[in-house]
Amino acid sequence: MTYEELLTREALADERFIVMTAENRALVRNIYAHLGNRFIDTGITEQTMIGAAAGLALRGRIPVVHALASFLTMRAFEFVRTDAGIPNLPLKLSSFIPGFLSDGNGPTHQAIEDIALMRGIPNMTVFAPADEDDLLKMLPDIWKYPSPSYVRINTRKTDYAHAPFEIGKAEVIAEGSDVTILTYGLLFEQTLEAVKILKQEGLSVGLINMRSLKPVDEQAILKAAESTMIVTVEDHFLTGGLYTIVAETLLKHQTSAHVVPFALNERWFKPSLVPQVLQHEGFTGKQIAEKILGYTTKAVQPKIAAQEFSE
Amino acid sequence: MMMEVSTIDKTKLQATALKVREHIIRMATDGGCFVGASLSAADLILYLYSEWLNVNKDNLDDPDRDYLFLSKGHDVPALYGTFVELGLMDRARLKNHLSIDDNIYWHPNTKIPGIEFHSGSLGHLPSVAIGVALDIKIRGGKNRVVCILGDGELNEGTCWEAMLVANAYKLDNLIFVVDRNQFQANMPTEELIPLEPLHDKFTAFGAAVKRIDGHDFDALHEAFSAYPFQQGKLNVVIADTVRGKGLPSIERRADRWFCNFTAPEIDSLLKELHGEHLTQLTSETLVVR
Repeated sequence: MTYEELLTREALADERFIVMTAENRALVRNIYAHLGNRFIDTGITEQTMIGAAAGLALRGRIPVVHALASFLTMRAFEFVRTDAGIPNLPLKLSSFIPGFLSDGNGPTHQAIEDIALMRGIPNMTVFAPADEDDLLKMLPDIWKYPSPSYVRINTRKTDYAHAPFEIGKAEVIAEGSDVTILTYGLLFEQTLEAVKILKQEGLSVGLINMRSLKPVDEQAILKAAESTMIVTVEDHFLTGGLYTIVAETLLKHQTSAHVVPFALNERWFKPSLVPQVLQHEGFTGKQIAEKILGYTTKAVQPKIAAQEFSE
Repeated sequence: MMMEVSTIDKTKLQATALKVREHIIRMATDGGCFVGASLSAADLILYLYSEWLNVNKDNLDDPDRDYLFLSKGHDVPALYGTFVELGLMDRARLKNHLSIDDNIYWHPNTKIPGIEFHSGSLGHLPSVAIGVALDIKIRGGKNRVVCILGDGELNEGTCWEAMLVANAYKLDNLIFVVDRNQFQANMPTEELIPLEPLHDKFTAFGAAVKRIDGHDFDALHEAFSAYPFQQGKLNVVIADTVRGKGLPSIERRADRWFCNFTAPEIDSLLKELHGEHLTQLTSETLVVR
């Protein structure tokens, strides 16, 4: 099943669904044929799309809106905050090519502050699936949740079969006493690889797919703090993302931990195709593992899949 | 289809409008309010709720009701006053203006029954109104959606973006009403960001446009009775109005935007409203918000 097939299925089963896009049709190319006038393309107008989605939600609809992550979260920020956040209307934001997924588009398209911005809005919920399987397991609950939601859409395929999803719960992949890696989104695949290498080097390693960033699974973070080191891995600015969430959670519970962040510190990333971006920015599984270890290994980094072409 | 134009009781409307203006003036003290923009919009808001919109205290949750959105927001005292006069709100509640114990403040909010959506940030409600109008179209409804915009608000690009989308979706169940009082916050619009020829601008965006005297109930009635102005087109009414209408001592004054009058000034302005005399205003002018 694909994202579009899932959305079509849910929308056909529930008249409340309206599918909207600000002329970003990559995820919803064929849906008009199924939904007719419940598919609305407002053209390149992220702000108007969000305002109109709020109007539709006032009438009892569940608008699932599509736009590139940077324009959805930044061009339309005040509309999201004011027209969805203040009235707590269930707008469902499907954010396309967030983080490293913007490939070679350049910094205009790099949404690497989106988590920080969206989680700063009262009533907003924030989710970042690890891959397509995770995405499809998460979306039905997210779409039915009565608050606005922001989802970092990630349709990359891995061969990991995820556990069922629950809002506010992380997915514990492995537990370990030396290092626990916390991550979300496409970097999940690289952290799986990093865990493999770290285990080969004799470490006891945990891995958590955070999935639900707001509400966040505080207990999972506190449990991770019992290991010697927490490592956060995210394609986001250091400010306001998972590293910040972990810091806030530890402080709230008066717990200390040794936390090492992998994030973009006060800079945008070098635009290229995803595999080269990860290599250049030091986010491959091998690079993550070796930075944690403090030495190089003979591990071979598996080939990283390029993104399918997308507008 | 030719509709027979109903008649309106103009004398009664004018008398009610005076009462609405009294409410507005009484709110312009102890913290004040945007009195100029409220007085300019008072007649058109009163007309719409009294004569045109299918909205009353018993149908506020009815999906088939008409919708009115106040996008400019500063004119909300005119809405409070209208709600009181039409029985949608308790008169006593107006005394709670700016009270921490109530929700009657400088911008509209949905804690007041009858207010469909909050505003305050300009250029938002045209798109929210589009969403409601789209849903009514999808469901085959006959209800109508009005969005009142300030003329200064038209500086915001999202007003024009919304017009492109309304045109694309042929939203002839949507009416943008511009309170054309010729002023934005601090200046005449034509001296800061000129809007004219406004009729032509809207026409060029695909709308069916009527320009009328926004203080003349007959003109308002004639314009709105012609709804829908043209099949498949966004309706636009440019209501030419006067900022501060009814109070000659503040009419068309750039420095009387937000007003926080003294108690004696309020007494004097209430008499001025009834044509007794001009008020000598000594309160601070132009408190910028």
